[in-house]
Amino acid sequence: MDWINVILQGVLVGGLYAMFAAGLSLIFGVMRLVNIAHGDLIVLAAYLALVVTETLGIGPLASLIVVVPLMALIGYALQRFVLNRTLGDDLLPPLLVTFGLSVIIQNGLLTLFTADSRKLQAGDIEVATIRLVDGVNIGALPLLQFVVAIAVIAALQFVFYRTALGRAFRATADDPAVAQLMGLDNRHVFALAKALSLAVVAIAGVFLAVRANFDPTIGPARLIFGFEAVIIGGLGSLWGTLAGGLILGVAQAIGAYLDPGWQILAGHLAFLVVLAVRPEGLFPKVRT
Amino acid sequence: MSVRVVFASHSSRVGMALCALVLVALATAPFWGGRDDLLLLSQIYAYVALASLWNLLAGYAGLVSVGQQAYVGLGGYLLFALSIFAGISPLWAIPLAGIIAAGVAVPVAMLVFRLRGHYFAIGTWIVAEVFRLLASQVSLLGGGSGTSLPASIFIAIAPTRQLRDFTIYWIALALVVAVLGFIVLLLRSRYGLALKAIRDSELAAICNGVDVKRTKFMVYIVTAFGTAMVGALIFLQKLRISPDAAFSVNDWTAFVIFITVIGGIGRIEGPIVGTIVFFVLRQTLADLGTLYLLMLGAVAIVVMLAAPKGIWGLIVERFGWQVFPLERRVVLDDRGAARE
Repeated sequence: MDWINVILQGVLVGGLYAMFAAGLSLIFGVMRLVNIAHGDLIVLAAYLALVVTETLGIGPLASLIVVVPLMALIGYALQRFVLNRTLGDDLLPPLLVTFGLSVIIQNGLLTLFTADSRKLQAGDIEVATIRLVDGVNIGALPLLQFVVAIAVIAALQFVFYRTALGRAFRATADDPAVAQLMGLDNRHVFALAKALSLAVVAIAGVFLAVRANFDPTIGPARLIFGFEAVIIGGLGSLWGTLAGGLILGVAQAIGAYLDPGWQILAGHLAFLVVLAVRPEGLFPKVRT
Repeated sequence: MSVRVVFASHSSRVGMALCALVLVALATAPFWGGRDDLLLLSQIYAYVALASLWNLLAGYAGLVSVGQQAYVGLGGYLLFALSIFAGISPLWAIPLAGIIAAGVAVPVAMLVFRLRGHYFAIGTWIVAEVFRLLASQVSLLGGGSGTSLPASIFIAIAPTRQLRDFTIYWIALALVVAVLGFIVLLLRSRYGLALKAIRDSELAAICNGVDVKRTKFMVYIVTAFGTAMVGALIFLQKLRISPDAAFSVNDWTAFVIFITVIGGIGRIEGPIVGTIVFFVLRQTLADLGTLYLLMLGAVAIVVMLAAPKGIWGLIVERFGWQVFPLERRVVLDDRGAARE
């Protein structure tokens, strides 16, 4: 029974990792770059949710109504006014600017909120459990988080392959110059992609904040988890990203079960093994 | 008609003369400076060396790593392990740590080189995290809380405290001179030509017969070797090591990247100028704490967007100076005419 519980826990946490990864995967898919500040933006969303819940007196899940549009707006502005200026053949500028952004967000949050750990209180749902069979229980909150993760991936898949916006994303990713000739404004398309990515980040941030303690310095580790999920799953595939998140979650859960000190390390090792054995990821779908 | 390649220019002759003067002044620092001055200067040397190595990696070979703290920490831990468990003198442990780290870098490179561009950057970061987590599992070296270098080992370096301070200071100076000297010689060699070609256009470099992959691999190993030696020295001076300090992404990568970008990436003078700016800012603004880091990040972003070649890049554009004789010029002997 222990093992079933361990793996189940891993799968449920994996949903959260898949949400970390989905925003990253989206940006890579459209712009071919990695946003190093991704993890810090997740933490920023968590703090925004904290402020919203405290000032408006609403629950964390209700705060999504404010936090998601706000993060999307931040994403649009960030891409339009800062990150678009770094795009080009040289990969150094976007990397360095997002790295600088990561340091700024981290230290800005430290200044505003100190290094104290915080947590969002979601009330009764936090302790509610659903009994599957004797000895195997699922927490209602992790289950909700997992369902939301699948819904987010499905929604992104739909946007990417079934809507005009998704067509614009794919066209710009394939050939920015030709997309522009067809009347797309690349700067606007990139900014929309970033807005969508940060909307996902907002959901991930709120669930992170409800699930566990957070402080301004945990961002980089979230970036790394998201990144590992993307690589394990395979570049360019959203469902692969979900699978990558689950595998990472299970690997960490097994590591933690064997020895608490091995939780994060086990996740990294799973990533390195995939990189060594199957560098294109388990479910790749990349057109390069 | 014979043709020669000339490196030196008027400014580089002035530059080298100035370098020699500065070197004499710095080498005699123990006789005119206090203990704090020596400590500050050693820290400056460490950052010049780290930034120069990162510049070689990212600025010339195009390998943007955000995981060089892996080798700083590895060097530090190797120094502690070699001197505590194997009884090797810490001074010998420094080069030995470099060699072992270079050996470790070979399989690491084989793994992370599977990732390209931005993904390579984060891959190197994960490797550094793995090193950090493994270091905190080594209970013989204090696990997660770290350990101190036993006094007996430290005292064995030299009989008096003053002499120890001097010895370590001179080693730090020698190390940074060796790193800079090595990079200058490398850039003047045919490998340097290949590296500059890779920096300017990877595709063009391949078309001209440069083995880009092998060159990058060699640069990665060499920088691991140098970075680990600098790391070993840093922690010999600190006398204490812990996984979080040894593998700190802020201290050994964020600062180093900001220094290189602000000073001027892809030029050997850049990291030196950047380190001076960094320490001037630090001495004046360090009281601001987190705000200082915030400002440093903002300055780096502004520099990257407004002047991507950094301070030294602007100087080169304006005056065409070079401190080190690196620029190749072809000279036609019989007419005595010089052409770029």
